[in-house]
Amino acid sequence: MSNLMESPMPMAEAVPSPEPITVPHVTTERIYRHRLLVRICHWLNVPCLFILIMSGLQIFNAHPALYWGDRSDRDKPLLSIRPMRTDSGELKGVTTILGRRFDTTGVLGYSNGMGRAFPAWATVPSARWLAAGRQWHLFFAWVFVINGVLFAAYSLYSHHFKKDLLPTGQDLKQIPQAVKDHLVLRHPKGDEARRYNVLQKLAYAGILFVVAPVIVLTGLTMSPTIDTAFPWLLTIFGGRQAARTIHFIACFSFVGFIVIHVAQVMLTGFFNNIGSMITGWFTVQQEGVKP
Amino acid sequence: MARRGFLKATVGAASLVALAGCDNLTQSSWFPGILQKAQGLTETAQWAITPANAMAKEYNEADISALFPANGNTDPGTQDYADMAQSNFAGWDVSIDGLVKTPMSYSLAAIKEMPARTQITRHDCVEGWSAIGKWTGVPLGDLLRAAEPLPTAKYAVFHCADVDEEGIAYYESMAVADCYHPQTILAYELNGLPLDVPHGAPLRLRFERQLGYKQAKYIQRIELVESLEGIGMGKGGYWEDQGYEWYAGI
Repeated sequence: MSNLMESPMPMAEAVPSPEPITVPHVTTERIYRHRLLVRICHWLNVPCLFILIMSGLQIFNAHPALYWGDRSDRDKPLLSIRPMRTDSGELKGVTTILGRRFDTTGVLGYSNGMGRAFPAWATVPSARWLAAGRQWHLFFAWVFVINGVLFAAYSLYSHHFKKDLLPTGQDLKQIPQAVKDHLVLRHPKGDEARRYNVLQKLAYAGILFVVAPVIVLTGLTMSPTIDTAFPWLLTIFGGRQAARTIHFIACFSFVGFIVIHVAQVMLTGFFNNIGSMITGWFTVQQEGVKP
Repeated sequence: MARRGFLKATVGAASLVALAGCDNLTQSSWFPGILQKAQGLTETAQWAITPANAMAKEYNEADISALFPANGNTDPGTQDYADMAQSNFAGWDVSIDGLVKTPMSYSLAAIKEMPARTQITRHDCVEGWSAIGKWTGVPLGDLLRAAEPLPTAKYAVFHCADVDEEGIAYYESMAVADCYHPQTILAYELNGLPLDVPHGAPLRLRFERQLGYKQAKYIQRIELVESLEGIGMGKGGYWEDQGYEWYAGI
């Protein structure tokens, strides 16, 4: 438990690399990067998000169209994913976004010989089964919310949010350079790797403190009971169907985040990154530091 | 590069195993029971933060859906019902019985003469869509008060005239406390016209704080009970017996 009280970034112990033969003047340093509670919250989110996203797609499949406002005008969806029969009689999957039609046969709208919006491999459970999808979704929504509230309270209380996640003015000025670095996959090394770079901070702070609250609140706005208790939810999100649309967009923001996050974890030292999220300790390589 | 390929394959395989695992758990005898525990938590939490008389949003005429979809059973399909429909439901009665002091029976005509409430509200289907309609009907609380429920009555069970293809009768239930909510009505009009058959003629429930499958159609009998056991498959409703939540507040 003492781990909880230690501050994550500055504590460092310099350990000379045992055999600094191949590259001269390289030392590796182990820093305590992720505190215990953060690590637990992180790993709880993995099954939560996996299940919430896929059971959410199961629920979406029950009425695979999105709208703005409070009601579903079926002739005016913002997005719909449906099977359609062509003139020759064969079934196709058609995704319509803002009136534009795309043939998405095989993945969206029609897959594996079945008319269904998202394919079986993307939903929990895999068969079309709304009742079970809702049970998965509403159970893990509780786990996700409790986990999120715990994390948010802790990171505000321990200054993890302010110190490590909230970009500073100096950080913001480095956005153009950071974008360039990321595009050529040049990753921070040495002292720069001790802390999150500005794009990392924006991604983490944005997903944790903007997208996650939005996805929870829009989920609650879809509850007719919650709407009676907090009618302002309908106002701020533009109606129940608008809330459903925002919930869907927030879901795919999570999907996008996860894809980039996992790719970056792999690109910047998979075992060091995974190890640090398990044990807390992260290895930084220092070049050109003379003993 | 080989390592990256290995990692990708590992992640892919893990996802497939996890998916298959979810399917197995869904089919198991014990796991859905754990998932369903969330329902009690949701119900308790929502009850705790929602004032008893918090009202569902009421909309304007301009907000009414051009087309209000009819879902579930759209025609009871029995000869009895067809005969009733033929005579404009002149012989339709609703009885209120079970755990009440004074069992009552109302004809449709008598219900239409009672003080009515009209509300333009949003119907939220469990599938995800919403439609807005103008409902007119008699507050259910008025009917219940006349029948004087006994203190032991916990649920109102709505017995309906519709049966599905397999002959299973539709029924629904709600907490007695919810029956007294001002917007809980037995509706006989939709958008200024008598209810049509697909929307539940001649009488259907409007319970504006919960999802569409709670809004029972073709209501013939309201039975007050202490427990839902022994009715249908015991879960409190036609859809509940098929795995949907009894508490349909979300």
